[in-house]
Amino acid sequence: MSVTESDRLKEQEEREDAGAPRDSTADEAELHRVLSETWGTKPGFWGWITTVDHKLIGRRYIATTFFFLFLAGLAAMVMRAQLAQPEGQVVGPDLYNQLFTMHGTTMMFLFAVSVMEAVAVFIIPLVMGTRNIAFPRLNAFSYWVFLFGGVMVWGAFFLNIGPDVGWFAYVPLSGPEFSPGKRADFWAQMITFTEVAALAVAVELIVTILKQRAPGMTLDRIPLFAWAMLVTAFMVMFAMPSVMVGSSMLIMDRLVGTHFFNPAEGGDVLLWQHLFWFFGHPEVYIIFVPASGMISVMLPAFTRRPVFGHLALVLSVISIGILSFGLWVHHMFVTALPQLGESFFTASSMLIAIPNGIQIFCWVATIVSGKPRYATPMLFIIGFIITFVIGGLTGVMVASVPLDTQVHDSYFVVAHFHYVLIGGAVFPLLGAVYYWFPKFTGRMMSERLGRWNFWLAFLGFNAAFFPMHLLGLWGMPRRIYTYQPELNWGDMNLFVSLAAVVVFASFALFLWNVLYSLRHGEPAGDNPWDADTLEWATSSPPPAYNFAHIPVVTAREPLWAERRALPVAVGLRTDMRELVITSVTEARPELRESSPDPSIWPLISAIALTGLFIGSIFTPWAVVYGSIPLTIALTAWFWPKGDKEDEA
Amino acid sequence: MRPMRPVQDLSGLPSYGFGTKSPVWWGTLAFVAIEDGGFIVAIASYLYIAFVNRVWPLRAPPPDLGPCTAVLVLLLISLWPNWWLDRAAREENLRKVRIGMVVMTLLATAPLIVRIWEFPALNVLWDTNAYGSINWLLLGLHTIHLLTDWGDTLVLAVLMFTRHGHGKRFSDVSDNCFYWYFVIASWVVLYLFIYFVPRL
Ligand code: HEM
Repeated sequence: MSVTESDRLKEQEEREDAGAPRDSTADEAELHRVLSETWGTKPGFWGWITTVDHKLIGRRYIATTFFFLFLAGLAAMVMRAQLAQPEGQVVGPDLYNQLFTMHGTTMMFLFAVSVMEAVAVFIIPLVMGTRNIAFPRLNAFSYWVFLFGGVMVWGAFFLNIGPDVGWFAYVPLSGPEFSPGKRADFWAQMITFTEVAALAVAVELIVTILKQRAPGMTLDRIPLFAWAMLVTAFMVMFAMPSVMVGSSMLIMDRLVGTHFFNPAEGGDVLLWQHLFWFFGHPEVYIIFVPASGMISVMLPAFTRRPVFGHLALVLSVISIGILSFGLWVHHMFVTALPQLGESFFTASSMLIAIPNGIQIFCWVATIVSGKPRYATPMLFIIGFIITFVIGGLTGVMVASVPLDTQVHDSYFVVAHFHYVLIGGAVFPLLGAVYYWFPKFTGRMMSERLGRWNFWLAFLGFNAAFFPMHLLGLWGMPRRIYTYQPELNWGDMNLFVSLAAVVVFASFALFLWNVLYSLRHGEPAGDNPWDADTLEWATSSPPPAYNFAHIPVVTAREPLWAERRALPVAVGLRTDMRELVITSVTEARPELRESSPDPSIWPLISAIALTGLFIGSIFTPWAVVYGSIPLTIALTAWFWPKGDKEDEA
Repeated sequence: MRPMRPVQDLSGLPSYGFGTKSPVWWGTLAFVAIEDGGFIVAIASYLYIAFVNRVWPLRAPPPDLGPCTAVLVLLLISLWPNWWLDRAAREENLRKVRIGMVVMTLLATAPLIVRIWEFPALNVLWDTNAYGSINWLLLGLHTIHLLTDWGDTLVLAVLMFTRHGHGKRFSDVSDNCFYWYFVIASWVVLYLFIYFVPRL
């Protein structure tokens, strides 16, 4: 193509653009037809594997993470069966090691972090009032990579080569000398898969929240869930490289004979702990911050008032994000660090209790000064507040070095982190599923089952995990597959195991409620909770194009401020996928940009990447050979195919 | 559904933009930040291992300065054409962009070739000791960046010679230039660490 030809092309395009159909038309039925055609996913298998619709991908992402939750829950059930009595015979030590490793690893990497991002993939573009997530093909790619990583590590487990070195895989245990075979390698590659997936979603969320907000949604009008996800995405960005570098070093030590963690050749084992916990502690907040955003965005709907202290909540979330990077050493208090260092990290660990406390106070103030309505999501919020305060208290306790030295590696710690993880993240998450289910599916979940679900979960959880504090204080170490009758831990452990069955039952009930409500739930309507954020301005479930017209935001609670008619912006093309891009602070419209259409290449690229990662467990050359198909797939992905979206 | 009340018309907006207007620019910035994170962690590990060992380098002569300095010079030379190409892309001048892309593809190839001599010039193997391991890691990380940017640049260069070379692609060229600055900057830092810390 010659240069003048290119100019001609440009003119032709401008002419075409000027004459293109737009969403300014008054005929809503016709608009719906055209937009559905442009944005819809083709029916059938091909449509299913090529889709780039954030709602479809979000939905399957959520379903997959819950599937992993159930697998990890089953692993926990087997462990509790084994520990229910002294000298139990359910599993042996080797399988027990694999079980707690798979349980912890799955919960942290395949469930907790991913489910929060998955919900955000579905919800955030709707909250922002846009038609798709930024980089939708990357989003599809992320899902496939995540899925393949999870299937790989569970596949390894079922082949009896599952990792058995604990969820943080400390060296030297996980190094070449003490973990021959491939078990630890599967763990290290699982990290690579899940981090690639998580980083991709983080970038999409950041760009969606910064650049695709509805016109008028200035920084101070961003809903708190979006703030929380923005902070989370930044934390993912800064924390994950550390564990990726660490796990790459680990696999290289094991595979090609490097010496990063080998003291005999100048390496150092504590380096691993630093690299892991520099990621691992923010990780806990990567799980908790989204949950706190869910609470802040649900509360107004159930207390009938804007959340108390919007600005304080935003600042708390940001400071939690920053402070969480200054705490990692508190996981290493028993490793003989310099005294001054220990004091510093004790202080910083206690410091983070302040923004956390501010958040709790704002929520309590919202509830007390509002007109609370105790629907299931609200019950989970209250259950969260109670549980999280207990977990936070034991957290402040173990932040102090002498106490930590005493209870380190005991069931006290197991109790503590389940309080913050289940109380702090899983309860709000379950509440959020009840809250957004109508938006996901168009139907309400059963309130009656919801109440049962909550009370079983709340009571069962406290019954199962509170006694673990005591077991820990009595000296029961974590990660033991059995104990002797003379220790007198039997009764308490039996109680814990029975209560764990109740917790599991509550999750089974949850699953049943989801399946039942999918078919028989009451039709929800657009906005069943009379909530204030934009996802409730469209139908339930939303059409493929999300909004027939892009909403214009005039207040912090847009749907409460504009009860009579929603102000909208018009003028986007309807014959191709087009979004409005707005400025970062003021959300002033800047561009009408095209959004990529469905493609098979993200899936093929993910398969190529999977081949490379799994191959590299067995030979370093896989990185070289594997990069060839990967490069081809990525090039094909980016190469324009000549449709309107590509050429715009 | 609530009734709608049109208050803004978007039809006059352009369909692509450069720099902070473009979502791809933000995406590139985010990836640069992630990769910077990787470099920072690797450098921190370097310092950590150096610190616990006290003697540095470990049982190896310091690395030779020839090839690495050649890479540095080549990268610094590419600063100007990169800047020129970015400007041409923003002007949407196809002829200049084509010239610039060819030049930048060549300039991205050159350091990759010199790199072949740079690994042996480290004077230590990855499996000799932890000093060797961390040096190979740093150099390897940067080589991966050189390779990926070389691939991007090549594909984009070819693209600009086809009928797709217009409109939003100019913005892509500009983002590619932006990424190249990052590859140069990261080398300046790594160069100092790999080659001068052992000489302290
Ligand atoms: C169904 C409810 C759950 C039960 C009954 C349960 C039970 C257990 C048990 C018995 C252990 C420790 C075993 C040992 O140290 O020997 C454990 C460890 C762990 N759990 Fe859970 N858990 C549950 C839910 C969760 C959730 C929701 C998460 C995270 C979101 C989680 C994260 C972890 C982690 C990270 C470990 C440490 C694994 C390791 O030591 O490597 N658990 N759990």
